Amino acid sequence: MKFRRLILANLFRKKIRLILTIGSFAVALFLFAFLGVVRGAFNRGADVAGADRLVVIDRVSIINLIPLKYRDQILQIPGVKCITHNNWFGGVYQDEKNFFPQFVIDPENQRQVFPELVVPDDQWNNFVKDRQGAIAGARTAERFHWKIGDRIPIKTTLYGGGSWEFILDGIYHGQRPENDETQFWFQWDYFEERIPQAIKGQIGWYVLRVNSPDDAVRVAKAIDAKFANSPNETKTETESAFAAGWVKQFGNIQFLILTIGSVVFFTLLLVTGNTMAISVRERTSELAVLKAIGFSGRAVLFFILAESLVIALAGGVLGLSLALLAVPALAKALNGMLPQLVLEPSILVVGLFAALAVGIASGILPGLGAMRMRVVNALRRV
Amino acid sequence: MVRVDGNGGSQSLIRVRGLNKTYSRGGEKIQVLQGLNLDVDKGDFVAFMGPSGSGKTTLLNLLGGLDVPSAGSITVAGDEITHMSGSKLTQWRARHVGFIFQMYNLIPVLTAYQNVELPLLLTKLSGSERRKHVETALGVVGLADRMRLYPRQLSGGQEQRVTIARAIVSDPTFLLCDEPTGDLDRKSADEIMALIEELVAKYGKTVLMVTHDPVVAARAHTTLHLEKGVLVEGTASSRQSVLAGGAA
Repeated sequence: MKFRRLILANLFRKKIRLILTIGSFAVALFLFAFLGVVRGAFNRGADVAGADRLVVIDRVSIINLIPLKYRDQILQIPGVKCITHNNWFGGVYQDEKNFFPQFVIDPENQRQVFPELVVPDDQWNNFVKDRQGAIAGARTAERFHWKIGDRIPIKTTLYGGGSWEFILDGIYHGQRPENDETQFWFQWDYFEERIPQAIKGQIGWYVLRVNSPDDAVRVAKAIDAKFANSPNETKTETESAFAAGWVKQFGNIQFLILTIGSVVFFTLLLVTGNTMAISVRERTSELAVLKAIGFSGRAVLFFILAESLVIALAGGVLGLSLALLAVPALAKALNGMLPQLVLEPSILVVGLFAALAVGIASGILPGLGAMRMRVVNALRRV
Repeated sequence: MVRVDGNGGSQSLIRVRGLNKTYSRGGEKIQVLQGLNLDVDKGDFVAFMGPSGSGKTTLLNLLGGLDVPSAGSITVAGDEITHMSGSKLTQWRARHVGFIFQMYNLIPVLTAYQNVELPLLLTKLSGSERRKHVETALGVVGLADRMRLYPRQLSGGQEQRVTIARAIVSDPTFLLCDEPTGDLDRKSADEIMALIEELVAKYGKTVLMVTHDPVVAARAHTTLHLEKGVLVEGTASSRQSVLAGGAA
């Protein structure tokens, strides 16, 4: 393009200002990507939830246990395909900072309800036969350098306290990158054997699959109706609603992130808009000369928009590239502390478009001013 | 042949009839030009003089299509420009007018070569064709060896030469010079005037120039004075006395 040299020459006119403006874009876009990653991490439960899965918890609170005997009654409800149950263990491996979620599972049905978490058959068969056996997610196994056959002691202050020892029989992998690979599973029978008498036969929650997502609402209502007015009333909801409710316990993350993101972009718009306005004002006479020698108002607008877009693009690419480097490093550093941190391509695409939109918005007003500027008036100011 | 009585023939390159320009300032109407007539033939070199505020630059702006008159008409090479739309006028300027400003008005971030090339970016010329034109124009103004320098690396006189090269590179119909030597010392001013004279004499350019300086004006074929909104021809004797004074 023959105007390339003119646009680039104007861009590099004030190098420090250019670097600072591109830097503003880079920081804002890095922050945007990071907020997107955090938002995605908190919403991941809802995103990966099976459309045909329901979660049944105690109506009052998830920390209240519900009877195991409900299982057979739930299975009798038409539309229920299979059901499993879990308990939260809440143990500590070596040190409290080594957090990862541990669940008591029902080996008979776990794989039918969560088919996306894949364990090789031979490992699973060993696990089923081994009362002390455990399955760990690939990320947790990698984090602690566990291998099959390792003995893993986990201390707990619940369930009578003490250290429980497990033998790692298998490692599961998620079928999708966003599947949680940090969990640690062990057998219901081993758990039931060691817990105090008072809580035997009580589970934390049920997860069930229905024949069709269309059955979900009806089945949920039927389950809750079945246990209404019992000592342990239930609350049944889709897995995605359950996950979303779980995230809400941390506060309105979505709103917080949206607010911070909006403030960042609005500030960026003010900063770059002001920069472009100053930049255009500084060369009023030059723009007037361009118009005098035959460049149209539209051409002048194009030059200014091209400059602001190049700045936005450079800053955006820089910020998002930094995020591409930083997010995996951060995910590694925060292993297990937060759900999986993934910088999804959609965040990069939206970020780039947002940067370009800010670029256009910051250049459009000074550009229109220059486009409409009367040459005679502008030259008189010289 | 330059005429200001409105009786010039239709073959004039520039033909101005009944030109009026009125400004509003603080509710007051100021009539700068009042029924001005002018005929300029191809190859003429005309200087406009007059006190500050007499409307010299306004006249130049109107002739260059940078401003529109309140009444009257301007016809250049058969094109009536007073009724052209803004975009047509922009295109017309690119084809027909070369501007030379007092303050040079070069783009400081472009080299001399790139500054001169600017008007050609609006044409369909290829890169190599543009290069030929730019090198020729810079050769005419004697700056072929300075084309890679930026304006800040040039003297005032050299900057004005670059401006002249930019004005002539697209071979416009006429040149408009607004105080072309106003920011230069006498020696540089003489060199610039010699160059403009050469453009007229050797290349047949038509030049219309505004100046405060009678010595500079005396280099033109014709000097016209703006008085009370109309043009009055300078006399031969006044020209002679200026030249004699300048020589002394």
